[in-house]
Amino acid sequence: MSRLVPFYGVIGLIVFWYVGIWVEIVDPVLLPSPAQAALAIWNGMADGGLLADFLRTVERTTYSILIASVVSIPLGIFLGSSERLYRSVEFIIDFFRSTPASAVFPLFLVIFGVGDETKILVASFGAALVILFNVSYGVMNARKTRLLAAKVMGASKFRVLIDVMLLESMPQTFIGIRNGVSLALIIVIVAEMFIGSVDGLGHRIIDAQMLFEMPDMYAAIFVAGALGYGFNLLFLIIEQRFVHWSGK
Amino acid sequence: MQQSVTAAETTSTDQSTGGNSPAHVTIRGLSKKFGSAVVYDSFDFDIPRNKFTSVFGPNGCGKSTLINIIADLMSCDAGEILIDGKHVRDVRFGYVFQNYREALFPWLRSIDNIRYPLKFMNLTKAEQRAKVDKLVEYFDVKIDLTQFPYQLSGGQQQLVSIMRALVVEPEILFLDEPFSALDYEMTLFMRDQLQKVFMETQTTIVLVSHDLEEAIYLADHILLLSRGPAEVADFVHFDLKRPRHAESVTEASFVSTKAHCLEIFQREVRKG
Repeated sequence: MSRLVPFYGVIGLIVFWYVGIWVEIVDPVLLPSPAQAALAIWNGMADGGLLADFLRTVERTTYSILIASVVSIPLGIFLGSSERLYRSVEFIIDFFRSTPASAVFPLFLVIFGVGDETKILVASFGAALVILFNVSYGVMNARKTRLLAAKVMGASKFRVLIDVMLLESMPQTFIGIRNGVSLALIIVIVAEMFIGSVDGLGHRIIDAQMLFEMPDMYAAIFVAGALGYGFNLLFLIIEQRFVHWSGK
Repeated sequence: MQQSVTAAETTSTDQSTGGNSPAHVTIRGLSKKFGSAVVYDSFDFDIPRNKFTSVFGPNGCGKSTLINIIADLMSCDAGEILIDGKHVRDVRFGYVFQNYREALFPWLRSIDNIRYPLKFMNLTKAEQRAKVDKLVEYFDVKIDLTQFPYQLSGGQQQLVSIMRALVVEPEILFLDEPFSALDYEMTLFMRDQLQKVFMETQTTIVLVSHDLEEAIYLADHILLLSRGPAEVADFVHFDLKRPRHAESVTEASFVSTKAHCLEIFQREVRKG
């Protein structure tokens, strides 16, 4: 029975939703039933429309995270390996990290045009700063004793960096990647809504709204939610496998 | 206290410090400040070869600082420290940290932790494995060394760190309060393991301890330090026959040595 505990909330939400429809809290046109929304997901996936948009969003988010990681992880290790160096660029990182990524959309549009590049690059930009910040802190907060231990055993500065600092920063790096993925997904969905898109979950949500296809809109929202949840879960599993010592 | 030798005469390099053993480490003119606190000011000392030396003194007197400087984990402001006339960089030594949890590498299995320092010694994989196997056999460890350090108990982890320090067959071994985080039963067991290592290898060992009983139990010599700046309050010789065991602490020579050390310690603490 205790294995069912996590589902109580979901069941509660569905019951609450039905009750809401039954007592007509909101206009039934605005709030379809859970069954209608589920059916819309099923149909969307079966006819391929929703599935295609879902895959486009997955693709853009994946590219964003890959670009952000490839740039940020080496740069973060480099900056974090010297606290002085990091302090000298800390303001810039914190400033742009605090700048809403959506605010730079127009700038990226001017530079890269209305294609996919802009959406992916803006999302990369946002995610890269989050990852960079976390990797650098992970490296800077490497246990001093561990660094000294490697040093007394004869490890060169470079070996200490590779054998100890890099691995010491892994738990924090994964925190950065998970936060980066959430942010990248938000930016990709927003970009798909407004920046000359013809596909993606964001585009589908806005389209459904324009056409007043409420079950389709709920379907796309839930699929976007499942995507965000799935990404987080995926990276948690990779983290537990790969950074098995985290928190121990 | 016929066993105690005052350290006033320990100034020249060729003069022995503890009884009749020649110096292994020579410390000359060591000065170290932390901010405005002077920890060492022109400190001279010789650490005897093939002997077990315990360092004991009041809190903050610079016990750990001393071995950290010798092992080059920390820089000094002035002075020269030579091990066998060589710089520490050219010496094969082992160092055991108090905090084994932070000193071991949690991403490596215990056996790979032990093997790690051999990576810097120009050995083939087979030679590395042979050295590790020999050591594991020597310690007759009951631990599953394929486990990661965080899967082991505290005592087992510290045993792994001691093995990691010994695998290179060090010329000198430094230990910084290695047993202070262990429970009493484990502490007694580890003391005897360390004593066994010393008896069989005759490696020069320097142990920093905050436990006087432990310091004496293991030592040939006890270096008693005074505080701010640290000076040699006394250099006590303790030659009770090895192996010593739990009951040794009740023997007359142990009791009198401990009383003597305690007296000096309390005198130094009172001085502030």
